[in-house]
Amino acid sequence: MSTLDSKIPEGPLADKWTNYKNKINLVNPANKRNIDIIVVGTGLAGGSAAATLAELGYNVKTFCYQDSPRRAHSIAAQGGINASKNYQGDGDSDYRLFYDTVKGGDYRSREANVYRLAEVSGSIIDQCVAQGVPFAREYGGLLDNRSFGGVLVSRTFYAKGQTGQQLLLGAYSAMNRQINRGKIQAFNRHEMLDVVKVDGKARGIIARNLITGEIERHSAHAVVLASGGYGNVFFLSTNAMGSNVTAGWRAHRRGAYFANPCYTQIHPTCIPVSGDHQSKLTLMSESLRNDGRIWVPKNMEDAVAIREGKKKPTDLSEEERDYYLERRYPAFGNLVPRDVASRAAKECCDAGFGVNKTGEAVYLDFASAITRYGKEQALIQGNHNPTDQEVYDLGRDVIETKYGNLFQMYEKIVDQNPYKTPMMIYPAVHYTMGGLWVDYNLQTTVEGLYATGECNFSDHGANRLGASALMQGLADGYFVLPYTIGDYLSHDIRTGKIPTDTPEFEAAEKEVTDRIDKLMNAAGTHSVDYYHKILGKIMWNKCGMSRNATDLASAIEEISALRKDFWANVRVPGTADGLNQELEKAGRVADFLELGELFAKDALDRNESAGGHYREESVELDGPQKGEALRDDENYKYVSAWEYKGEPKDAVLHKEDLVFENIKLVTRSYK
Amino acid sequence: MKLSLKVWRQQNAQSKGKMVTYPIDGIDGDMSFLEMMDVLNEQLNDKGEEPVVFDHDCREGICGSCSLQINGQPHGPDRLVTTCQLHMRTFNDGDEIVIEPFRAKAFPVIKDLMVDRSAFDRIQQAGGYVSVNTSGNTIDANATPIDKADADEAFYSAACIGCGACVAACKNASAMLFTAAKVSQYALLPQGQVEASTRVLNMVEQMDKEGFGNCTNTGACEIECPKGISLENIARMNREYLAASAKG
Repeated sequence: MSTLDSKIPEGPLADKWTNYKNKINLVNPANKRNIDIIVVGTGLAGGSAAATLAELGYNVKTFCYQDSPRRAHSIAAQGGINASKNYQGDGDSDYRLFYDTVKGGDYRSREANVYRLAEVSGSIIDQCVAQGVPFAREYGGLLDNRSFGGVLVSRTFYAKGQTGQQLLLGAYSAMNRQINRGKIQAFNRHEMLDVVKVDGKARGIIARNLITGEIERHSAHAVVLASGGYGNVFFLSTNAMGSNVTAGWRAHRRGAYFANPCYTQIHPTCIPVSGDHQSKLTLMSESLRNDGRIWVPKNMEDAVAIREGKKKPTDLSEEERDYYLERRYPAFGNLVPRDVASRAAKECCDAGFGVNKTGEAVYLDFASAITRYGKEQALIQGNHNPTDQEVYDLGRDVIETKYGNLFQMYEKIVDQNPYKTPMMIYPAVHYTMGGLWVDYNLQTTVEGLYATGECNFSDHGANRLGASALMQGLADGYFVLPYTIGDYLSHDIRTGKIPTDTPEFEAAEKEVTDRIDKLMNAAGTHSVDYYHKILGKIMWNKCGMSRNATDLASAIEEISALRKDFWANVRVPGTADGLNQELEKAGRVADFLELGELFAKDALDRNESAGGHYREESVELDGPQKGEALRDDENYKYVSAWEYKGEPKDAVLHKEDLVFENIKLVTRSYK
Repeated sequence: MKLSLKVWRQQNAQSKGKMVTYPIDGIDGDMSFLEMMDVLNEQLNDKGEEPVVFDHDCREGICGSCSLQINGQPHGPDRLVTTCQLHMRTFNDGDEIVIEPFRAKAFPVIKDLMVDRSAFDRIQQAGGYVSVNTSGNTIDANATPIDKADADEAFYSAACIGCGACVAACKNASAMLFTAAKVSQYALLPQGQVEASTRVLNMVEQMDKEGFGNCTNTGACEIECPKGISLENIARMNREYLAASAKG
């Protein structure tokens, strides 16, 4: 039934990308000057693509809803970026990074794409250092590394807890150089509201100037979507308030298949929800799991006493604590992948061992790391008989150097000192592995329409490993797309400028303005947030960390009904001919209300547990893996790519079978 | 807690603004300042009035979008935080809170509390980069060891989030701290040396062109900076500028 062609090049895995690059068509520099490219989104994927394409000589237009490209949400990534440099000599290689990523994704990603990602990862670090990105260094002046979940080597490069910020500012600086040369035109505070197709090819977009409210037509020979993920369909997530699915969803409605929407990453270490007023959730970097130990009280009475404020965590002795990840997964301990750590936390809290007033929190404890580092430092300083206070002070300094900004952030939000008492954490929606379906060239099912970074689906399977999102965003933008899009554009050198005064642009613009009018004229009784919060609750309760057929079927109905209610009863104040933040939100929530339904439908279709998608019906019943998630390779070893057919529940499923020629499919064990 | 908010309302760049007082109730100490603003906006929305416009995005203190002048201080009374990380426990029941946009000639108001900070982008475009193509065909990342102290120092300069609090805090609306942070980052790293002279000259020229004021070394910028960017950056930029000017 599938018509999907992933266009994976022939040849051995390790040679595919090189062979591919040797055979593609190139565009000569004089012709590049006649070709326009639109890039939507200016995070790591979009910013790096825009800069590189402009350097190559294309005319680039970038679009972002923020007031500056530097504010894209890549900036909030904390922990680091993976690369198979093997600087630590601990056995890393392209193959091992590839293998870890495919295994971490629970064997639901495409081998050739992931290998290419591993292959170019080293160049990313070289490139960023050349740009002046201040990565953390050791005393000898060389780059430092740390370890992340799901792997047994140290391959993560970092800049304190602000790696995303530093990498994004690197890409932003590369963009600035091209803006200064006139090769990039940056349209900030602009939101893309539709893709325009001419003769089946993506030839432009319709965008709204968020300050003036004007609807604008922009044409190009190709359009790149780098608009991020859709975690905000849950209302509460670690995404920025403005992060949205609109660009991707509008493309889906124009013919781009949407792949694996149900694959969502629920990140295990976030600051727990404190009340109904909460507008977003804050991540505490996974890097903390290098030194933090996760636990809940062993005895129910202690858990109850802690919740009631009668006991403090520091009152409990070692024997009274259950370091449940170390107990269940001795090989990986606190560094199991995110999906595994999140589910384990949920199980503990569901069983009544949660430690904050809502019962939805576990501890992340740095006491033993502080002692370990303190003793080490004392020895280094020649103090062979340090007092407890000296050990604590020295250890605290080490922890502060490594994670100072995260500890400060925690203290500001929770009003507790994490050097003295364990942090409280709980899983939260963080990243979406699903996204627009793309082939090896990162082209969607619409010709000339590309998707990169979190916006596409291709590299992380059913679960993304830590420090791999930054790697993928920059790999796509700096090193992959510039080649693949060139091959496509080599057929466009005689096309000439794409006019915008055509019926196609006119029709697309009219659809956009009609939709805005409809939102402005609904004149109902409820705010946009009212609907967004209800949608978020449905998603979290029925499509969250644990899913089953009954809940998913009812989620589809509930979301469908909520969407109808939204269009009849939403209220958007103000006017459309100027800045109107409620109108911006309304358009985004309207799209989330469609995506959420497809999400539930996809989750219902996939009756297996894979990575972040856990179906209660698919669990190991016996053996050493008893109680763990059960993948079903026989029936579900495919990518679900959904074709738009009106109502999301009527979407048609296309399957891309995943072929594993280099990796043997086994049960993903971290025990 | 119950509060009285005095909020700057201005329809657009052309119109005249004014302060409007809004009473607000039911505010919890665990709310962030922006979550308190959400409550206000929900109230206005329910009454059919236009919500207050303000910039915000990541709400975890790193994107640099949020930008409120709260009781006369950029990002409010707490130190080393952005407005989104300022929590209501900093205030007391019955307080009056005055909320204005960041004020500077180079930051014109767009609407209510939202200002145009694109001048910052233009300063960066004038030279805030290393001119190296993104081909990936550079030398190995470990080929040039960098003194850890220099690398750490460069990182602290690079931690600027471009929020504009330094400008809003300065009586001259100077953008020296912002500009100096970027100049410093590159001045401290070998990768930045090749273009050091043109970079500092071009960025300072652009900064002046945008209408930011001069630095008179009062240090308010350093105190109000949510990321603790040090005044030393300005001293370093001045040295770089002098050296570059002397070179001609």
